[in-house]
Amino acid sequence: MSVVKTEVPAGFVPVYTRPKSLSEKRFTYCPGCHHGIITRLVAEVIDELGIQERTVGVAPVGCAVFLYEFFRCDFAQAAHGRACAVATGIKRANPDLIVFTYQGDGDLAAIGTAETVHAANRGENITVIFVNNQIYGMTGGEMAPTTLPGMRTVTTPEGRDVRLTGYPLKMSEMLAQLDGPAYITRQAVFDVRHVQMTKKAILKAFRNQLEGKGFSLVEVVASCPTNLRITPAEGNRWVREQALKYFPLGDLKVRD
Amino acid sequence: MEIGVIFAGFGGQGILLAGKVLAQAAMERGFEVTWLPSYGPEMRGGTANCTVVVADEPVGSPIVDRPQVLVAMNGPSLERFGPRVAPGGVIIFNSSLVAAPPNRRDVRILPLPMNEIAQELGEARAANMVGLGAVVKVLGLFPLEAVTEAMAKELGARGRERLLAVNRQALLRGFSLA
Amino acid sequence: MKVLMRGNEAMAEAAIRAGCRCYFCYPITPQGELVEYMARHLPRRGGVFLQAESEVAAINMVYGAAAAGVRTMTSSSSPGISLKMEGISYLAGARLPAVIVNVMRAGPGLGNIAPAQGDYFQATKGGGHGDYRLIVLAPSTVQEAAELVMLAFDLSDRYRVPAMILADGMLGQMMEPVELPEPIPLERIPPKPWALSGAKGRDPNVASSFDLDPHRFREILRALWDVYREIERNEVRWEEYETEDAELVLVAYGTMGRICKTVVRRARKEGLRVGLFRPITLWPFPSEPLRKLASRVPVFLTVELSAGQMWEDVRLSVEGRAKTPFYGELGGVVPTPDEILSEVKKHVGG
Ligand SMILES: Cc1ncc(C[n+]2csc(CCOP(=O)(O)OP(=O)(O)O)c2C)c(N)n1
Ligand code: SF4
Ligand SMILES: [Mg+2]
Repeated sequence: MSVVKTEVPAGFVPVYTRPKSLSEKRFTYCPGCHHGIITRLVAEVIDELGIQERTVGVAPVGCAVFLYEFFRCDFAQAAHGRACAVATGIKRANPDLIVFTYQGDGDLAAIGTAETVHAANRGENITVIFVNNQIYGMTGGEMAPTTLPGMRTVTTPEGRDVRLTGYPLKMSEMLAQLDGPAYITRQAVFDVRHVQMTKKAILKAFRNQLEGKGFSLVEVVASCPTNLRITPAEGNRWVREQALKYFPLGDLKVRD
Repeated sequence: MEIGVIFAGFGGQGILLAGKVLAQAAMERGFEVTWLPSYGPEMRGGTANCTVVVADEPVGSPIVDRPQVLVAMNGPSLERFGPRVAPGGVIIFNSSLVAAPPNRRDVRILPLPMNEIAQELGEARAANMVGLGAVVKVLGLFPLEAVTEAMAKELGARGRERLLAVNRQALLRGFSLA
Repeated sequence: MKVLMRGNEAMAEAAIRAGCRCYFCYPITPQGELVEYMARHLPRRGGVFLQAESEVAAINMVYGAAAAGVRTMTSSSSPGISLKMEGISYLAGARLPAVIVNVMRAGPGLGNIAPAQGDYFQATKGGGHGDYRLIVLAPSTVQEAAELVMLAFDLSDRYRVPAMILADGMLGQMMEPVELPEPIPLERIPPKPWALSGAKGRDPNVASSFDLDPHRFREILRALWDVYREIERNEVRWEEYETEDAELVLVAYGTMGRICKTVVRRARKEGLRVGLFRPITLWPFPSEPLRKLASRVPVFLTVELSAGQMWEDVRLSVEGRAKTPFYGELGGVVPTPDEILSEVKKHVGG
């Protein structure tokens, strides 16, 4: 994996640097992929809370599988969909640790639905980052449970037909119905204002864990320009104009 | 007879397509053939290669440890596969992107400015076909038409007449330079 | 007419031609093209394509469709096949025919997507819980992959035993000319009186592997094992290449088998008397023919993309009559013909 090296020329003062909790490894995400922004936000939050040395991450199977290379934290790589169960095991074994998962929509809302729902329902004191890009990125663009109606993917070549494959799964709305979770919110990163709002949400989701409030999940509606075969700028527009129709932003549950 | 050809270069240079067209042509001319691509993260990493084996008996290994022909479309590919070419074999390399020719005396070395030729023809994406044209000449197993027909089949389905014409030119240039 | 096809696509097309009308899947590399081919073609040809929420769901959809009497298939690669194991055990217990394709990659765990043969034990010795077997077919060319998929449907229906195609990433990804077998007209598929079709004018049919009475369950399993013995008698398939005068016989299956064919050719060119024994059915394993060969061949070198799994069956078959060294690679690394040849030379001609 290649490495990022930045040298500050003499006389310059760095004002925007790499978060300390990130390693020097270069992200493996495609150019313009929202994963890159979201991964960085998590690192910034860990830095700001000063919890890098007691944080343990759980990496999914998906484009974020290499998360354990990107972070300077302890990490467990989980089987596809099982991150919330693995996180439960870590947190129960050592409640002093700050435990987070970072999962795609296939991972969290298809194969891992049961683990996610039950961790939420138990009010497991963990933080979950849920990247909803409406597609299976890593395997080459198959339908995800969150794929929009009519959207073409390699497994819905004629567009998603809701009569055959159902509707975009509203995982956060479902989880918000449960009594267990402390915080369920949906955010996006298609412009600067929303990036900042997402960061605030992630900060709150980690603070909740520090305060022992229980299960907190931040869903981020994202774009996968590679599999949608669009430019990064079009990806931002896609999220704002298409995805948000089905996945409106905002807090779905806040327990104080 | 069992001849191994390796095409290698950057992702996006049409490496896999060049191999596929060769395989298709060989099949149409009655040869046994196997096409094996590199797949997965290697391709994400920006490199691509494929192996084509053309034979007159059922193909054994789809993996070729000593290719008779290498088409290296960039420097890293030449470095990686150049040393493996069988003595007496041929290395065709893209001199538009590779400055130093490979340091081997026991093989035939054929530099081709694939990018320049493709640019002259007005279609940068046709560089792979220049390489393929040279392969057809070097192999001497079937006429160039076999490949132009196979290419028409591959691209024709995608309905790109202009691209087809340019690619035909590119094949011809590669063929005549080899 | 021959067409150039990827292994994954040829297997999908062969399944459709075999009369597969329900295909359930969950995406995974390196068999993605099989899924995509089915998504594009099966609905147009009167079948059902459904992407499930997991491999666990997919194999249980197969259980349902098989119980309903339809030819059905699922495909995956190693980690996904592990998840299907529970369902496969239930299929075997309920005597439901189905075809499962495993395009193997390197494990354990997430491993990587390079070709490997580490799932031999899982495929041939059970994999899921309980006393059962699968019919396991190992193609080495794209042509053979297409043919064996069709055979898998026939055998599975005939014996009411699930069948698995054990391929690997190389075979899934490679393209070769294929002469596709003619499609089987659906009306030629033998009727399935045991299927869940509605208990109209007959006693209800039940698809189940459950029986609380051990004695009764024993009888069910004895009958099942009678079927397995019959399969062992009738369905063993293998290929021998240049074994007549061989002093050393390579034993390898799938793509390793064909790589070893190149090794045999190179060895013969150097005057070494080397042959190849390639099991096509991994279960039932061709033990008898291998045992016969062992009465005149002194060395059997097993070559696998694993730490040595089929090797155990080779040794059990040869029963000490010959030397049985092993050569394997791990982690998705594929040995080259020359590497295998130098291993051969350690045991022959010296
Ligand atoms: C048990 C199992 N099934 C399937 C796979 C193949 N697989 C890898 S990533 C992935 C889906 C990725 O999609 P998503 O979770 O949405 O993440 P993204 O890549 O879009 O971020 C799948 C199905 C696997 N590794 N393991
Ligand atoms: S495939 Fe899509 S989700 Fe994956 S890294 Fe590329 S852009 Fe991002
Ligand atoms: Mg996704």
